[in-house]
Amino acid sequence: MTGRTEKMTGARAIIECLHREGVDTIFGYPGGQVLPIYDALYDSKIRHVLVRHEQSAAHAADGYARATGKVGVCLATSGPGATNLVTGIATAYMDSIPIVALTGQVPLSMIGNDAFQEANITGITMPITKHNYLIQDANDIPRIMKEAFHIASTGRPGPVLIDIPKDMTTEMIDFHYPETVKLRSYNPTYEGNIQQIKKAAEEIKRSSKPVIYAGGGVISANASGLLQAFAEKVQAPVTTTLTGMGTFPVGHPLFLGMLGMHGTKYANYAIQESDLIIAVGARFDDRVTGKIKSFATNAKIIHIDVDPAEISKNVHVDIPIVGNAKRVLEDLLKYVDKAPTDDWLEKIAHWKRSYPLYYVGGKENIKPQYIIEQIHDACKDAIIVTEVGQHQMWAAQYFRFSEPRTFISSGGLGTMGFGFPAAIGAKIAKPDRVVFDISGDGSFQMSSQELATVVQENIPVIIAIFNNGYLGMVRQWQELFFDKRYSYTCIRDSVDFVKLAEAYGALGLRVKQPSEVRPAIEQAIASGRPTLIDFWIECEENVSPMVPAGAAINEILDLERKA
Amino acid sequence: MKHTLAVLVENRYGVLSRVAGLFARRGYNIDSLAVGITEDPTISRMTIVVRGDDLVLEQVTKQLNKLIDVIRVTDLGTEDTVERELVLIKVNADVKNRSEIMQIADIFRAKIIDVASKSMVIEITGDENKIKAIEQLLKPFGIKEMVRTGKIALRRGPKSI
Ligand SMILES: Cc1cc2nc3c(=O)[nH]c(=O)nc-3n(C[C@H](O)[C@H](O)[C@H](O)COP(=O)(O)OP(=O)(O)OC[C@H]3O[C@@H](n4cnc5c(N)ncnc54)[C@H](O)[C@@H]3O)c2cc1C
Ligand SMILES: Cc1ncc(C[n+]2csc(CCOP(=O)(O)OP(=O)(O)O)c2C)c(N)n1
Ligand SMILES: [Mg+2]
Repeated sequence: MTGRTEKMTGARAIIECLHREGVDTIFGYPGGQVLPIYDALYDSKIRHVLVRHEQSAAHAADGYARATGKVGVCLATSGPGATNLVTGIATAYMDSIPIVALTGQVPLSMIGNDAFQEANITGITMPITKHNYLIQDANDIPRIMKEAFHIASTGRPGPVLIDIPKDMTTEMIDFHYPETVKLRSYNPTYEGNIQQIKKAAEEIKRSSKPVIYAGGGVISANASGLLQAFAEKVQAPVTTTLTGMGTFPVGHPLFLGMLGMHGTKYANYAIQESDLIIAVGARFDDRVTGKIKSFATNAKIIHIDVDPAEISKNVHVDIPIVGNAKRVLEDLLKYVDKAPTDDWLEKIAHWKRSYPLYYVGGKENIKPQYIIEQIHDACKDAIIVTEVGQHQMWAAQYFRFSEPRTFISSGGLGTMGFGFPAAIGAKIAKPDRVVFDISGDGSFQMSSQELATVVQENIPVIIAIFNNGYLGMVRQWQELFFDKRYSYTCIRDSVDFVKLAEAYGALGLRVKQPSEVRPAIEQAIASGRPTLIDFWIECEENVSPMVPAGAAINEILDLERKA
Repeated sequence: MKHTLAVLVENRYGVLSRVAGLFARRGYNIDSLAVGITEDPTISRMTIVVRGDDLVLEQVTKQLNKLIDVIRVTDLGTEDTVERELVLIKVNADVKNRSEIMQIADIFRAKIIDVASKSMVIEITGDENKIKAIEQLLKPFGIKEMVRTGKIALRRGPKSI
């Protein structure tokens, strides 16, 4: 059909564009200004998942994108529908996740009049989108849709919003879908500069204490396999960021686990003593670097990133390589050899033995780390989605990830309420995988209305609430730095979560004993139904180890009592 | 340190707001910003004078380049350029001092573009120093109002940015 034009309404054109982009599912919520789009959806092949709050539509699109690498799509009406997307868009923006958000808008002629349900959503989302559009001519719909998907998914990925005035959706246009995108002002660099790559290879050959620091960019570049090949060839240890978890198999002898504030001691020690840091698709976030002046002071830094603006933003970089992680690693692999790292690896093995992640107890009370271990044991290839808080950190520390795109978590914005809707997106994208939302009693209450969505649509995600009766992560800081003054962080007895699940028609299970943990997990997996497990965990358990705010990352404290 | 950036952008709805918003949210200080259409009607050119050290300038340039509507960013600070700014100054003037003010204007090759019984409007173009100098000289008469376009700049010679 390409090449030929066909007459249709703007609304139908939008749906047709989604088809052409290979979109099979969108997440949304209707309203007045998107009525024509919903009408066009009614008899289209695209699956529409009706969420119960627009924020969840954006998070679900985000979860879908993280689980697949494809662009996630959400749809909301003008005004409050559009503003409800904002947190979800910002979450995707901070973690560089490709989504396209479609919003209804009042008719073009009424824009600027404070019309009913008018909000300047392009203005509002300017700082949290990679780009956004206001459609001002219905004939532009195909071009703008094409550009939006292109921009969202290429270079450094990110959210793109298209604001669509109602009259644009009812106008008739000659539909012609462009095959290519022409944007003179947007040309991401993919190929790394070969001179820089050779220079990096020389440094790597000489390094006796290299560390590979890999982030979310490796996952978005689908370069996990290459990263492993690279690490093995050089014989360099690998640490990953929170958003990079899954890109390197946890059991691998070269793996150091996560670094940073709640990383492993040995990852942080290795970074601090390293003579060469090879950063790949990671952005030197403050949760990772700790006190920036004391970060890896002995190391030269090689930084591979697709976004030139990330180079030397927080930390001075000696050898920048701007490009796609996959292409650069492919090239780099040709020039590197084993580095003289035997002593270094031995030292690291010693650190690993001396300072492992650990927890004690768990005979009477349920230890949260134990639940994570049991979930892994029961289902090694589960997709783990998280909310934000202590439970998120335990998931990152204790689940033994073996593949990319199996750990889905809001890192940059740290959005409570992200996990459940993102798990919905992930489960729809990967129906054959078991999907867990590792949740907190606080976070869950920010998106609990989506129980209606999973029941109505029969999306069997498993919500594991780590119920400690607290906004635990904040309580932990109050315990450590505010003299245990638990100001407004106790949320004990909020609700009977099991009854809540049942009220929506989901399966609800409660677990109060360590011995019940495993059977409940098995039951949830076997049920094939949306299931909520309310785990009553040890209330004042802390995330350990921890780098206090403002400290160097080797000044990392044990908060777990000794065995 | 001040830097002069020439920024070519798509001549499109909302571009100014994207650029201004970027400066605001990343905490960069703009001294002046002049914008207008170029010889190609689909392209506008912004001349932005920004304050900051080399690291700030590097980030500003990279962040500007990330905006989808920005086509090219050039730092004119390192180039041999001609720079101009147009300023209109309304100054108190009456019969007693009118000729004195006209002499000053003359020296600076400024133009008198409006004369009233108690005021005059002077038009002057030039670089920063020249404008500062005339402003100093006119101050004693009482400057009632002053408006400036912001600096614009072009590279010398046949090469364009
Ligand atoms: C409560 C809490 C605690 C946290 N504690 C920690 C912690 O202890 N340790 C930790 O690591 N994080 C922690 N985080 C997460 C942290 O805030 C950051 O989100 C995270 O460190 C960023 O990871 P990243 O550097 O991999 O960057 P991402 O945000 O994943 O960014 C990816 C980078 O890769 C680049 N990129 C994208 N695509 C490509 C490509 N194709 N090729 C090359 N480059 C590409 C991007 O330009 C970007 O620079 C915590 C978050 C929360 C909410
Ligand atoms: C939307 C939002 N509001 C506030 C915060 C600050 N915050 C970070 S963790 C946390 C507590 C989370 O509590 P819970 O979900 O019960 O998890 P726990 O830490 O107890 O495991 C809060 C309030 C946040 N990250 N997101
Ligand atoms: Mg809690």
